[in-house]
Amino acid sequence: MKFMEEYRDAQAARKWSAAIHQITTRPWTIMEICGGQTHAIVKFGIDHLLPQDITLVHGPGCPVCVTPLELIDKAISIASRPEVIFCSFGDMLRVPGTEKDLFTVKAQGGDVRMVYSPLDALKIAEKNPDREVVFFAVGFETTAPTTAMAVYQAAQKGMTNFSLLVSHVLVPPAIEAILSSPNNKVQGFLAAGHVCAVMGYHEYGPLAEKYRVPIVVTGFEPLDILQGLYMCIKQLEEGRAEVENQYTRTVRKSGNIPAQQLIQEVFRVVPRKWRGVGEIPASGLGFQPRYEAFDAEKRFQIADYTADESSECIAGLVLQGVKKPNECPLFAGDCTPEQPRGAPMVSSEGACAAYYRYRRA
Amino acid sequence: MRRKKYEIDFRGGAVCPLPIQEYPQVLLAHGGGGKLMHQLIQKMFAPAFSNPLLDGGHDGAVFPVTEGRLAFTTDSYVIQPIFFPGGDIGSLAVHGTVNDLAMCGARPRYLSIGLILEEGLPMETLWRIVQSIKHAAERSGVQIVTGDTKVVDKGKGDGIFINTSGVGVVPEGVSILPENISAGDAILVSGDLGRHGIAIMAVREGLEFQSVIESDSAPVVDAVQALLEAGIRVHCLRDLTRGGLASAANELAEAAGVKMEIDERAVPVRDDVRAACEILGLDPLYIANEGRFLAFVADKDADRAVEILHRQDVSRHAAVIGRVVEGGQPVVVLKSQIGTRRILDMISGEQLPRIC
Repeated sequence: MKFMEEYRDAQAARKWSAAIHQITTRPWTIMEICGGQTHAIVKFGIDHLLPQDITLVHGPGCPVCVTPLELIDKAISIASRPEVIFCSFGDMLRVPGTEKDLFTVKAQGGDVRMVYSPLDALKIAEKNPDREVVFFAVGFETTAPTTAMAVYQAAQKGMTNFSLLVSHVLVPPAIEAILSSPNNKVQGFLAAGHVCAVMGYHEYGPLAEKYRVPIVVTGFEPLDILQGLYMCIKQLEEGRAEVENQYTRTVRKSGNIPAQQLIQEVFRVVPRKWRGVGEIPASGLGFQPRYEAFDAEKRFQIADYTADESSECIAGLVLQGVKKPNECPLFAGDCTPEQPRGAPMVSSEGACAAYYRYRRA
Repeated sequence: MRRKKYEIDFRGGAVCPLPIQEYPQVLLAHGGGGKLMHQLIQKMFAPAFSNPLLDGGHDGAVFPVTEGRLAFTTDSYVIQPIFFPGGDIGSLAVHGTVNDLAMCGARPRYLSIGLILEEGLPMETLWRIVQSIKHAAERSGVQIVTGDTKVVDKGKGDGIFINTSGVGVVPEGVSILPENISAGDAILVSGDLGRHGIAIMAVREGLEFQSVIESDSAPVVDAVQALLEAGIRVHCLRDLTRGGLASAANELAEAAGVKMEIDERAVPVRDDVRAACEILGLDPLYIANEGRFLAFVADKDADRAVEILHRQDVSRHAAVIGRVVEGGQPVVVLKSQIGTRRILDMISGEQLPRIC
């Protein structure tokens, strides 16, 4: 198939692997930010092609994993209301809240629907003017433009039965939180290619400079990741700390400017709590005052929820790259995709789910 | 007059006129045991499925037991949408059950059809499904010898549910069982994977691709019989339905206590299906099929088995995809496209499309 099989070529993968072996002289720890990259690494066994000296740690780039428990509980509360059609991406439906998940709400009679885009939720709202349609907007900068587009279109159409429970988060503040943590072991980053396709990569320059870390914007296919690692290791070996772009077929430095403008039109930067990590300043998107009518938290006057995480689950440490999933005492025993104790075991982008699925035995 | 009308051959492409004109929709009374139900059976079902065992009009079908052993299976069909590219709930209900019999090495003979209809179902929809059942049964070489109809209140069903049970005959000397799988066996798949699941998802979710992806729903009876008649040492068969290849391989690895190795590059997947899977974040190895099976055959017979399968339309893209290997735990190992190895696990729950 065009533009996919080419990036999964076994011979080329071996060549990149040999090249990485050749340039590596010391141990290095590199984090891939995006859960999609984590899955590709574990699924294709890319870490098995690397020298023993290279340690890959998995980053926080899993939208489902970092959505705070309180927000899941708010979603469950809204979705349980009889007047509501609650729309969400599929993965969010089985994330455990304090007491239950959204699939359980559906089984108990709630109108919970899986959609592929917030614009689908908007169509549902147009078709059901007598119902309140709520979209659960999670994700990084990658999904924020489509959420913003749905809000923008709803405002243009003067819709009053559509609102969104927003939990969008931003990558650069998360990188900064990891780098400034006393536990940090990460020496180089593979930045998330699709986030940069939207935002560009000018935001990463100051981080690379301040913390002296190479950051390589990287794609998602096996050869992308191998090349991204090669570029990152080369910088580390040469003592450089720059922002480079491996994913040139998709990412421009300036990113997608109309998408950025749309995000700014609808959202403003706000502090956001990350599940398992805690609050990170200026790390999320919330509504601009002129679009607050679409804020489901305000519309349904959801009181502030507080919720306690399971004390045994080490999801926070996994998301910060401090621990690997199989270092968790619950892994594959008390915590499985069927009975998840933490969000990284639920999401198809979660590191724990990737280890469970591909690495269990 | 009407009786003549529904004798038009459906295979010719002509759509038979609706035999019940006076009731455009199914009513509760059509399952009530009275005149309307009698009319439905006599005008629609009996002529469509006519055969000597059914035409007797008895409470059940009575037939002689032939030599060999009997295989018996049942399955229920609740699919939405009822009609999809490449099939419908009627053909699926026939293919699914005859394929289960074929996986036992049986030649399917007789089928029962249990219909649960929702009040208000358009009579024309029912008629299209009945014709599809008739056509699929003819294609599969089975007779529908008994049936049942119930109608539930509007809102208590999803248009139509179908249960089919099937009886088939396993010839003397044929033994197809998971425990027969042994180290060294070649693993064959009978065709390209993932079309049924993607076809259904495309209709259900309103996804549009440049080409229409049609379900692979089809009877595999002839393909299996061709292997057996050619003397291929078939150790085990398993049809690939929900959960796809990954689930079937894992079930058998566990049942037989063997390790399997599958080469991802050898698994046939059409480009359009692969593209759809990539867009949605799904893995074709987990997607449902309705006309595909795994065959475990003696290694020496593998090439000949593939040749035989290639002569059948339903299995013309059959391929050897792996081997049963010596050693260790029952597990399925996948050799990935880039040459590395990993576990191919059974899926937990359904595959859900990714977020970004």
